[in-house]
Amino acid sequence: MLEEIIIAGFGGQGIMVMGRLLAHAGMVEGRNVSWIPSYGPEMRGGTANCCVVISSDPIGSPVVAEPDTVIAMNRPSLEKFAPSIKPSGLLIYNSSLIDIVPERQDITVIAVRASGIASELGDIRAANMVALGAYLRARGVVSREAVVDSIRAVMPKLSQSLIDLNVKALDKGMDIAGDQLMISESIS
Amino acid sequence: MSERLLMKGNEAVGEAAIRAGCRLFFGYPITPQNEIPEYMSRRLPEVGGVFLQAESEIAAINMVYGAAGAGARVMTSSSSPGISLKMEGISYIAGAELPCVIVNMVRGGPGLGGIQPAQSDYFQATKGGGHGDYRMLVLAPASVQEMADCTADAFELADKYRNPVMVLGDGALGQMMEPVTFSKPPVSVSELPPKPWATTGARGRAPNIVNSLHLENEELEKLNLRLEAKYRRMKSEDVRAEVIDCDDADVILVAYGTMSRVCRSAANMARSAGLRVGIVRPITLFPFPSEILSELAKKGVPFLVVELSLGQMVEDVKLAVNGASPVQFYGRTGGFLPTPKEILARMESVLKDRSQAPCGAVPER
Amino acid sequence: MTRVFGRPAALADVPTHYCPGCTHGIIHRLVAEAIDEAGVLDRAVGVAPVGCSVLAYNYFNCDMQQAAHGRAPAVATGIKRARPECVVFSYQGDGDLASIGTAEIIHAAARGERITVIFVNNAIYGMTGGQMAPTTLVGQKTTTSPRGRDAALAGYPVRMAELLAALESPAYIARVSVHNPANINRAKRAIQKAFEVQIKDQGFGFVEVLSSCPTNWGLAPIEALKWVEEHMIPYYPLGEFKTVEGAG
Repeated sequence: MLEEIIIAGFGGQGIMVMGRLLAHAGMVEGRNVSWIPSYGPEMRGGTANCCVVISSDPIGSPVVAEPDTVIAMNRPSLEKFAPSIKPSGLLIYNSSLIDIVPERQDITVIAVRASGIASELGDIRAANMVALGAYLRARGVVSREAVVDSIRAVMPKLSQSLIDLNVKALDKGMDIAGDQLMISESIS
Repeated sequence: MSERLLMKGNEAVGEAAIRAGCRLFFGYPITPQNEIPEYMSRRLPEVGGVFLQAESEIAAINMVYGAAGAGARVMTSSSSPGISLKMEGISYIAGAELPCVIVNMVRGGPGLGGIQPAQSDYFQATKGGGHGDYRMLVLAPASVQEMADCTADAFELADKYRNPVMVLGDGALGQMMEPVTFSKPPVSVSELPPKPWATTGARGRAPNIVNSLHLENEELEKLNLRLEAKYRRMKSEDVRAEVIDCDDADVILVAYGTMSRVCRSAANMARSAGLRVGIVRPITLFPFPSEILSELAKKGVPFLVVELSLGQMVEDVKLAVNGASPVQFYGRTGGFLPTPKEILARMESVLKDRSQAPCGAVPER
Repeated sequence: MTRVFGRPAALADVPTHYCPGCTHGIIHRLVAEAIDEAGVLDRAVGVAPVGCSVLAYNYFNCDMQQAAHGRAPAVATGIKRARPECVVFSYQGDGDLASIGTAEIIHAAARGERITVIFVNNAIYGMTGGQMAPTTLVGQKTTTSPRGRDAALAGYPVRMAELLAALESPAYIARVSVHNPANINRAKRAIQKAFEVQIKDQGFGFVEVLSSCPTNWGLAPIEALKWVEEHMIPYYPLGEFKTVEGAG
């Protein structure tokens, strides 16, 4: 088993936290994992991305060139990384902020209104969890329980009410992806 | 504590140092190693240690000199431009035969360079770096777990040889997170072997002098020869390398640190394409695993050295191989990490060249 | 028979390499007496500089470290932080402390390091053969200011005691001279205080000692002492620039 993921968006969208949750959940489930951020002088507001590798074997390069999955939280990220996805890979994108439709036909595409749903739940910052939920449902590389268990380890200062909100956002993302996958299966 | 923790490489270095009995850290901010001083500033006071942010890298390494001379396990960390500033102090530390650990999370150069991963400080690290005839023992981890393990070993080796030991990482290893396990119990500082040469106050004994000045020719040469004997002993007792699938290899990749991981991915791709690829991954860059390479070279198998530089370690590989088999080089700089596909393509061209050219006549690059 | 004068225990019984008439010997003795009288010889650690007093590690009868040029305050910081129970001092000249080592001395003082710094100012680089120092007086001829120090080219000499006294942390800052017995006595008292503020954990102690360099000044020893009085003291006024409550 080898899953290589790129998560990308604006700085401040919780991109790094998504990756760390995923890596931590993989570790909890006994996998080899790596997480590496793109790092640069911009601390806020610039583009941010990280690579996560989850594998049953020792991990070679932590930097992912051809991902199995891309989670794009804004349009520049989609434009930059969608072309690099492996054939029959997965693209999850934040359709609240991305007004173009991905062109590739050889991959699974799931549009998630992540920012919109997070706002409706009460905090736009939970958009990352909506997208992460969609990923969990679509790929199943790590379990929902492992991710929920990792929230406290990755974000130790989070209040209980914010943890609850994050879990709610995660579940909402899982539901949306489930619905979309069912529709696409019934079409094909 | 044997649970798996998800840590950044830089944080793993900090925790491993504390568990190895390091109670003093002197440093100065520079990207991409800031998590090390930040971690130490948080953790050292919890264990009765001292974190001090120095006014410069020069001051930091000289504080290390003072503390090491006073017998303490002490560490500093920096990244390439800062390590250049430390070179004066490192030369004095080597000359005065003081044990200490220096971490370099290498970034691209020369000059201010960039902040992305690089391996362009290999020469500086392994050939002395500062003035005078000296070497550091250099460890090159390739994972977060090894960042922790090499840091712990670095303190032991520094004390064993009374010599500065460098942990040579890079921006990627420092920034990435992987699971890490601290399986050994923490070192008890009070149970560390005494250092009778240290300047701890001359109570009931003759004064100790920590010094690298020897104005008499005989004295200085005696020091130089003693240092050389020490480096020879390192070569016979503490060479480390990982050798993977080299027995029946068509081509052998030689790479260390982050680059060796990309080579591992490339080797996996190559094997599925039917190529037999071996890997030699030096873990000690000084002492260099020359004998392992010269043994493998006897079979005439071609080597492809891959580095995040324009070719530094390749010189040591060529010295080890000594013309017995072809050595080619591939490197990227500027912060680019070659992809496994790039390396695979180079391997294929090495094999193609080999089928056309006689042994040893393969053109470089 | 009562013994009224002898070699301090903190001073090793060896000949020194200093030139005839040089006042390093006097200053070494004052430092050694201060260590003896404070009763800290068995926990004293000294740091020798680069310059004329580079071999000080052979002259003080306590644990010593030799430091790179200008870095003695950083080395002393490392020793003191590793061994807070030790009494740590550096002994530095003007090229070492006031030129190449300005960053180290200012920041050690700013941190209030519990160390004692003895700064020997003879307005010239002695060991390397008489080049211009940061403390060389305007008009003073050296091998690299053969027409005399020109303030338009090289600026004005640095007054380190005043400079450090502007900082918040130091506990004791003084400038003294050793050109005659009365001043030697005052210098001794100042050096004692600079050790006492460390021993009492009050803070950083610093004594600038005006010193002569007959060899490189091209003067006979007595002439050189007169030159200290007539030329150096007017520019480098003597006195205590900073002292904490209850110091010394």
